[in-house]
Amino acid sequence: MRAYRMLSLSAAALAGSLWLAACASHAPPDSASSQAAVPDAPLSAAQRQQWLDRVTWGASDSADAQLQRLGLQRWLDAQLAPRQSAHLPEQAQQQIAALEISQRSMADLQRDIAAQRQAARTATEQGQGDGEGARLRQQVQRHLNQLAAQAQQRQVLRALYSPAQLQEQMTWFWMNHFNVSTRKAETRLWIGDYEEQAIRPHALGNFRSLLEASMRHPAMLLYLDNASNAKGRINENYARELLELHTMGVGSGYTQADVQAMAHVLTGVGFSTRDAAAPPPRMAPALQADYRRQGFFEFNSSRHDYAPQVLLGQPLRAKGFAAVDEALDRIVASPATAQFIARKLALFFISDNPPPALVQRTAAAFARSHGDIAATLRALLTAPEALAQQGQRFKDPMHYVLGAVRLGYDERVASDVRPVIGWINRQGQPLYGHETPDGYPVSQSDWASSGQMAARFDVARQIATRSAVLFRAEPQAALEQPPYPDLAQRATVQARVAQWSAASREALSKARNVPDWNTYFLSAPEMMVR
Amino acid sequence: MQRRHFLSAAASVPLAFSLARARAAAPRSDTPRFLLVFLRGAYDSNSLLVPTHSDFYYDARPTIAIARPGEANGALPLDGRWGLHPAMEGSVLPLWQRKQACFVPFAGTDDLSRSHFETQDSIELGQPLEAHPGSRSGFMNRLAQLLQGRIGMAPMAFTAQLPLCMRGPARIANTALANVGKGGVDANRSRAIAAMYAGTALAPAVNEGFAVRETVLRGIQDEMDKAGRDAISAKGFSLVAQRMATLMRDQFDLGFVDVGGWDTHVNQGGASGNLANRLDDLGRGLATFAQEMGPEAWRHTVVAVVSEFGRTFRENGNKGTDHGHGTAYWLLGGGLSAQAGGQMVGEQVEVSEASLFQNRDYPVLNDYRGVLGGLFARMYGLSPAQLQQVFPQAAVQDLRLV
Repeated sequence: MRAYRMLSLSAAALAGSLWLAACASHAPPDSASSQAAVPDAPLSAAQRQQWLDRVTWGASDSADAQLQRLGLQRWLDAQLAPRQSAHLPEQAQQQIAALEISQRSMADLQRDIAAQRQAARTATEQGQGDGEGARLRQQVQRHLNQLAAQAQQRQVLRALYSPAQLQEQMTWFWMNHFNVSTRKAETRLWIGDYEEQAIRPHALGNFRSLLEASMRHPAMLLYLDNASNAKGRINENYARELLELHTMGVGSGYTQADVQAMAHVLTGVGFSTRDAAAPPPRMAPALQADYRRQGFFEFNSSRHDYAPQVLLGQPLRAKGFAAVDEALDRIVASPATAQFIARKLALFFISDNPPPALVQRTAAAFARSHGDIAATLRALLTAPEALAQQGQRFKDPMHYVLGAVRLGYDERVASDVRPVIGWINRQGQPLYGHETPDGYPVSQSDWASSGQMAARFDVARQIATRSAVLFRAEPQAALEQPPYPDLAQRATVQARVAQWSAASREALSKARNVPDWNTYFLSAPEMMVR
Repeated sequence: MQRRHFLSAAASVPLAFSLARARAAAPRSDTPRFLLVFLRGAYDSNSLLVPTHSDFYYDARPTIAIARPGEANGALPLDGRWGLHPAMEGSVLPLWQRKQACFVPFAGTDDLSRSHFETQDSIELGQPLEAHPGSRSGFMNRLAQLLQGRIGMAPMAFTAQLPLCMRGPARIANTALANVGKGGVDANRSRAIAAMYAGTALAPAVNEGFAVRETVLRGIQDEMDKAGRDAISAKGFSLVAQRMATLMRDQFDLGFVDVGGWDTHVNQGGASGNLANRLDDLGRGLATFAQEMGPEAWRHTVVAVVSEFGRTFRENGNKGTDHGHGTAYWLLGGGLSAQAGGQMVGEQVEVSEASLFQNRDYPVLNDYRGVLGGLFARMYGLSPAQLQQVFPQAAVQDLRLV
């Protein structure tokens, strides 16, 4: 136990020093004139908890110490511009490194699954034995399930332990915004790569790049069917959701004709699993120059409809893939997109009814910075309206569970995060599990119905009384004793409770033992909001 | 002990009245019951209800059309003009033949966004499109409000999240039925937790959450006991439908459930395939529901199956269908009228290229607010003024369904 503590402390110190280096080398992402200031005065304990609950996946003692050490300004700078590879504690890093999705390249995994599928087909065709084909098909399904489960584990490990907490929250936010569900087709194979390559690197970067990265990834191309959108075989699905859910928002001014134009523009935008070095498919010489291939992404000009298109009231001047670029530029630059993204961010971080002035400020920052996400977030988080509204955001299950675990165990790394995933699932918000492209909603009424409150208290009880399940090497192994944290002993927990209602404190005072105290603490109304 | 606590916890909260009757006594067998089944994702009604008389249908869908009756894997003949998807043979066709099922083709809403989410919301709100955006109560909530004063409604959403159409001033409980389990917070702890919420905005939901868990667990105890002994138990929507039937027979009289997976842009299939599998699961579930309700309660029950919009009449380039407009609603019940049971109901139009809306989709001739409003008026004896509370400014269409 003692050696273990020392290890995690040194990891924290290391992460802290790297952050400072990162701060020094990073210019502020927005111009000085538009950069909002944050209070320079030292924060009270309650204010620190509020900042941590908003910007991170949940306050913990070590995060609190770090915020005190750096001061708000530098801490927020570091959150907005983290190092490229945020340093996880060694034990978390090792768990991620041991996953198959970390050890094998996407190309390798894809080839392997394709070969397994082929073997199953062959077995069926050749009538090998009884149900050999079925057995092999089941094996493929199991393997795909494992790959998606590993992606969940990796996301939860990063969310719990990465020092780049805002980047992790934004990774979840954008995964939800550009939602892809593992319930469709082959997305289980691609989901981990989608998050790691298309979303996380851009989570605090530029929105236009993020949008394009999601568009180019096989997960999105499969999920919203654009991989099958071709000249003469138009499929509107992705074009519509691109406008409605990813950028401008429904009712913002685009028309059915714009959806159709966009579907034509996006013809030929797909992916290929042929060897990266393989020659391009045969096509008319005039089309060859326009063909593109990068990784799995493929723009197949022979599938593209070159007919001129009018989008949002203006003709597109460019042709071929350049027209896709021009269309995305135009869509991202439209005021509707700035407004839509700003509002969605304000809903996620602040409250169900963000003050209009706050949304305007945020949208202006988005437009001014040409979609710089960090600059947009800085404007949002440091706006006076945001500072004035604290504790208005009802936690969704993800925030609720991660917050409880971070508070309870801080930097002690779980050896098995599957129970965390189970607690999130139990409340109806499984990672990559939202079937439709709109992603999970965030408002209180979406998560606070009677059935959901009951489910949340069940989860609170499990975390309060049996969360040692996180520290078993094997699911069947005995639990360490006691099988729960002693939350009341935490200084930050006590600092919180001091601010609570008389009714909540009364319930806590009546707790007969630690599991009861934990259960009431985690179930209290004050713990439902951030 | 536990039960007594639930009673007292709920009693202390005036708003938690929706379960009052559910705990006090079972609804009488002749209490009208209504279940709304929302197919999210815009199901392709042209595969469920095949216009077998229309050559245009077969021209417009070269790979995904359902063959004419009598042909291999053909549609099940309904009335000489329409056929039913063959996956419905063992489930919904018998209900139709017993005059316990009818369909309203060319149904839907005037919302033309063709957005799943926008249209689902506008339907669930049940208000005219130009309604003030501030009014966010759903039509089933307003119906519950209206009836709670009169016949002590016990409404319930059988979903993990409370659907928009049940949100609003009337407290409505919810619980997903696919994974009902034990392992909840015990009586002492739930009392302590409820006390922390006393006087807060969340108190009604918290109290109701504890109460409804008990109600639901009690309701499906039999089935869970059997499932523990028997090898086979229902799966998917059938399991949910079986549990819903038990609860609606014994406890609740206004229900909502949704079923997803209907967005078929690619390879939707024909007589078999993706959509056929979804329809099969849905049909079996609905037949299970009818059966489990028992003949007495079923006679006073109406199930409406709706979806946000229909799909394009012509198949797209990927053997699928894109977002369209008009769709078909289903109404099931043991007490459908002679004018409705086993009939195609509502305004109709010849299925031809000329009658397509925007040369793309089915037109909407039967507005969902008119159809459901007409149904509610008959089921609950609502006055025109009361109907206006449920569906403001709607022109009610009395299809004499019951």
